[in-house]
Amino acid sequence: MPNATPGSLVAFADAAPAPLAPWAPGRLLALLRSDPAVSIAGLALLLIAVAALLAPWIAPFDPALTLDVSAGAQPPSATHWLGTDQLSRDLLSRLLYGARISLGISLLAVTVAVIVGTAWGAVAGYAGGWVDTLMMHVVNAGLAIPRILLLLGIVALWGGLSMSSLVLLLGLTSWFGVSRFVRAEVRATRNRDFATAARATGGSPFRVLVRHVLPHALTPMLVAATLGVGQVIVIEAGLSFLGFGVAPPDVSWGTLIRDGRDVLGTAWWMSAFPGLALATTVLAVNVLHDRLRSALGGQQLHDP
Amino acid sequence: MTMPGRPAAGEPLLRVHNLRTYFHLGGALARAVDGVSFDIRAGETVGMVGESGCGKSVTALSLLRLVDPPGRIESGSRIEFEGRDLLSLDEEGIRQLRGNRIAMVFQEPMTALNPVFTIGDQVAEVARVHSDTSRKAAWERAVEMLNLVGIPDPRERAKSYPHQLSGGMRQRVLIAMALVMNPSLLIADEPTTALDVTIQAQILELLADLQQRLGLAVLLITHDLGVVAEVTSRVLVMYGGQIVERAPVRELFRNPRHPYTRGLLEAMPRLGRQRERLVVIPGTVPPPTRWPSGCRFRDRCAWQWHRCVDEPPPDYPVSDDHEARCHLVDEPSRINVVTAVDQHS
Repeated sequence: MPNATPGSLVAFADAAPAPLAPWAPGRLLALLRSDPAVSIAGLALLLIAVAALLAPWIAPFDPALTLDVSAGAQPPSATHWLGTDQLSRDLLSRLLYGARISLGISLLAVTVAVIVGTAWGAVAGYAGGWVDTLMMHVVNAGLAIPRILLLLGIVALWGGLSMSSLVLLLGLTSWFGVSRFVRAEVRATRNRDFATAARATGGSPFRVLVRHVLPHALTPMLVAATLGVGQVIVIEAGLSFLGFGVAPPDVSWGTLIRDGRDVLGTAWWMSAFPGLALATTVLAVNVLHDRLRSALGGQQLHDP
Repeated sequence: MTMPGRPAAGEPLLRVHNLRTYFHLGGALARAVDGVSFDIRAGETVGMVGESGCGKSVTALSLLRLVDPPGRIESGSRIEFEGRDLLSLDEEGIRQLRGNRIAMVFQEPMTALNPVFTIGDQVAEVARVHSDTSRKAAWERAVEMLNLVGIPDPRERAKSYPHQLSGGMRQRVLIAMALVMNPSLLIADEPTTALDVTIQAQILELLADLQQRLGLAVLLITHDLGVVAEVTSRVLVMYGGQIVERAPVRELFRNPRHPYTRGLLEAMPRLGRQRERLVVIPGTVPPPTRWPSGCRFRDRCAWQWHRCVDEPPPDYPVSDDHEARCHLVDEPSRINVVTAVDQHS
């Protein structure tokens, strides 16, 4: 039986990248070329990601700088492309900095979720028997509780969250789906001939799992990760909107939407542009997820 | 017979006694291997034949303790290898033997190699599992092994992925993997079944050659008596999870005593013999959850009489090294009685 979960994480990290090599890039490239929706979604994400990365250099103003408080919220203009908020801060600059936080948090949280979910699912799938049953009951319990409710409960108990604990919290509540995908793939792969052959040459369960079985679970991991990014962005925005997520002076798309909530009638741009950015990103990620899922392996993985 | 210069060694390398591997399937009990005993001496090639479902592969997996639940090797079974009791070893102990002292070659060269690693990697991995070898030394060893099993241009080929090789080449790779650590016993489970006839012959030749050069003992599992005739010295015929006849290969071909063995021999297609149809053994192997009482072969046997229902046949000695588990050996006169009826029908 494979044992320690933390061990699997480490070894998985150095076993993972290589095995895709013989087949995946070609298929992924072909996919990108053949499907315009994928190209558009990919391009949109690329633009947003680059803008987020370069925010300090391309943002026209300091996002926290109050230019002229007495002027109040200004609509979009030549100087302020997306307008300003009530405190006369440049919305475009705030949106760019918010992208860093929103995307950064979701990518990190998904990384946490994929690592935990992969380890959990791999151990359950490889061990089988009662270990599997028990571990999957935990997963089903996790999936049964609405995530936003779970998060609100935890946040309410804990009070103010630092950015890193927010990442951890989001990651540790998002891995259930990943673990199911990975478990299914591991169960299917562990009894394939080459896995038995690896055992017959004296490979330890850990070695067989990490080297021979897990590389075949990369597809579901990739698919689950793209799905997760979209979900986590929305959840983070939801938490921030409710005032439990990112705390000032940091801004995320969720906090920007909230800032505009009370003045929707008079300053629509304050919530509309962050909302548009959020929707575009999530839509693009979900298109990629969907196409990736049907292109890689073609098996129908059910969204949790 | 394939081992001229080699002395008939003394102590058996492998001694299997009353091996029983059962699968506990909810309510049903599948007795896949049910009381199998045999020896293999060092450097000897033993053939194990029988149809699919006779328990050959489960026997092979049991020898390496690779049977997964719900399958289980029942207590009372004994497997001794190089003087050690395999069934009392812990997991770590048995793992050190697998691929090291006892190696296995599987039936399907198409699926027994991992598609995502190069063949050199996979051969080298065995060396790295069992010895403290550097990556480079293991790779060198892999190249050397690929050369040994007759893969042309091994240094270049080691960088190939399995899908870039033919079935025969892949089977050679699997043999190379099996032999990296110089095992003393090689279990080959239907190593040529998935290959076409010419390649089959090459692989068998390779096995026979390696066996002589390396002093390897081989347990060759097959359903093809033609293969057995070519490379083995002794044959075990399996039916219904048991060994029903055992004999030196010539003796078995000249004087088969179990009706199942006869059936297998007659079912062999032969060149130069005019026949309209291939002879087949009527019926199929019953599922291992429902072996018939008495003789397990009786429902498919032209000679069966009440004794076959009432009494499971013991291993009747035919000669020194020939045994058959059939009441006909005890009552040879029965053969004529029933054969006459059979010829009419």
